[in-house]
Amino acid sequence: MSDPAATFFLIGASHQTAPLQLRERLALTPDKLPSFHAALGALQGLREITVLNTCNRVEFYGVAESPAAVARLQETFCAFQGLPPDAFAAICRQAHGRAAIEHLLSVACGIESQMLGETEILGQVKDAYADAQTRRTTGPVLNRVFQKTFQYAKHVRTHTAINEGQISIANVAVDLALKIFGDLSSTRILLLGAGDIGEKTAKAFQSRGAASLTVASRTLGRAMELATAFNGTALPWQHVTEKLGDYSIVVGSTAAPDIVVSTADVTAAMKKRRAEPLFFIDLALPRDIDAAVAKLDNVFLYNLDDLAKIAEENLAARTAQVSHARQIVGEKAEAIWKQIEAQAS
Amino acid sequence: MLTGFPMPDFTDRNWLWFATAFYLTGFVLGTIALLRERRQSLAVTYAIVLAGFLIQTVGLYQRGLAVKGCPLGNTFEIFQFTAWSAIALYLVVGVTFRLSLLGYFTSLLSAVLTSVSLAIPAWDATRRVGAFGGNPWIEFHAALALFSYGVFALLALTSVMYLLQVFSLKKRHLHGVFAFLPSIRDLDHINLRLLTAGVAILSASLAVGSVYWLPDLDTVNLAKIITTLAVWAAYAVVLGLRLKAVLISKKFAWTCILLFAAALLSLQPVNSSRQPLSASPPAAASR
Repeated sequence: MSDPAATFFLIGASHQTAPLQLRERLALTPDKLPSFHAALGALQGLREITVLNTCNRVEFYGVAESPAAVARLQETFCAFQGLPPDAFAAICRQAHGRAAIEHLLSVACGIESQMLGETEILGQVKDAYADAQTRRTTGPVLNRVFQKTFQYAKHVRTHTAINEGQISIANVAVDLALKIFGDLSSTRILLLGAGDIGEKTAKAFQSRGAASLTVASRTLGRAMELATAFNGTALPWQHVTEKLGDYSIVVGSTAAPDIVVSTADVTAAMKKRRAEPLFFIDLALPRDIDAAVAKLDNVFLYNLDDLAKIAEENLAARTAQVSHARQIVGEKAEAIWKQIEAQAS
Repeated sequence: MLTGFPMPDFTDRNWLWFATAFYLTGFVLGTIALLRERRQSLAVTYAIVLAGFLIQTVGLYQRGLAVKGCPLGNTFEIFQFTAWSAIALYLVVGVTFRLSLLGYFTSLLSAVLTSVSLAIPAWDATRRVGAFGGNPWIEFHAALALFSYGVFALLALTSVMYLLQVFSLKKRHLHGVFAFLPSIRDLDHINLRLLTAGVAILSASLAVGSVYWLPDLDTVNLAKIITTLAVWAAYAVVLGLRLKAVLISKKFAWTCILLFAAALLSLQPVNSSRQPLSASPPAAASR
């Protein structure tokens, strides 16, 4: 390779450069991908290419023989998506050489993610690279850049607290449950009401391996509908109090104007639970669970404000790590770039 | 056997100081990691504690050779043996349950017990002669009893961890040291297992001892018998109440901590009720 600094490139757009309505037009949906890759294959002067296509970003990392080849890629993409070239140019991020590597590494570490420090993006970058390998569109430069990126992204996550602590309400609730129960494989979840945030929280618990999910709603039909969606069971509303002790985690998200679970209900339930703790997550406004239950031994109660505050604190802690993470990213990008240059020479 | 190996010419107290240094190192490294809000490597903690344990074993072994028996003849030796037992337990429990921070707290407890015992020369200035009357079964009974104290020491530690975790969750202090504590349920389960093990070992110790007490009650100090049986009964009652879920959660944890403090305090009357003090302190044993 003659001059890797001139030929290794990044072009693309993300939530940082484009509003949602434009990102919707940029997204490469699965049905479009085969024909788009066919179009890429026909491009002159494009030696290597990887497409990172997630809900928040579409980015192309590649090796081109000249800047003209990069321009052709941009034109092809705009034509394919029916996007005016000027509109794309206004939101497009472009970088070359070391700067492009630094961006890729930042993306893989979660620094550029909408939800700072999230870990899912690294998997998505890995998938993008694996896809490119399957299509045989990677070569010596992309192979080295991506493999080193995976290695250094792990390093950054290990040596900073960029991904520590949960920053969504549902995941904060799951983390707290883990602090109480260790693992969720034997925990039974009771979801009171069918509020949106309660549903998301129940989903988060299920994805982390909760043993079972029961839904109770004043409307049994709605409870059954939600229970079916979660592969759980429905509990008639009038049985909630007597069955309370059977559950480890109770998520309140009803629209009831008054308290749904009283201190007396919980005191009775705790006799049934013997030494087992009980965790209440009250996501309802007005609240579903009597605040006084928090004073009971072995009972833990968190409401919406508590969870939001923890999520904010965690986000602040992650944000405080960004400059440290960027410093490491800069050093590692430099190291990768030197290897690419050495490889080229 | 250690006598067959080329060993440096250190006294038993030298070895025990080195072991203390390792326990302190484990504690200091753990504190640094916590201050930096990093999780201390379980493997590193385990390796440091294991090194300290092996060195302490050499020290106690040397003392045992010098006194021709289990080194349980004075307060210094009892504290050392209790710390050694707690560490031995941690080395098993730590691997089995992988409870984070347990190594940190065990290092702290052992560092305190061993350094205090080493720092007070009076505790090692005299020792009971013929404490076990040359009977290996009585020696076994005493070693078992003190080993159960090691178990109860670890139980007190896990109870402290339990209370810290409850405090963390109730008061919403989730960062710093609290972020690395094991879960409430894990700590509760380990507490119950340790209490069961401790009561079983102490019961076995008393059973062995009773074979010699019962036929010859006149030779046994009444204060010692009452104190020992009181400690055993207290732990047995707590175990019963916990199994019946009458004593649970914070009250159970506090009880375990207070009982261990009481058990430690009871060691002094038990020790002083035994055979008379030797006329001269044991020579600082060397190889």
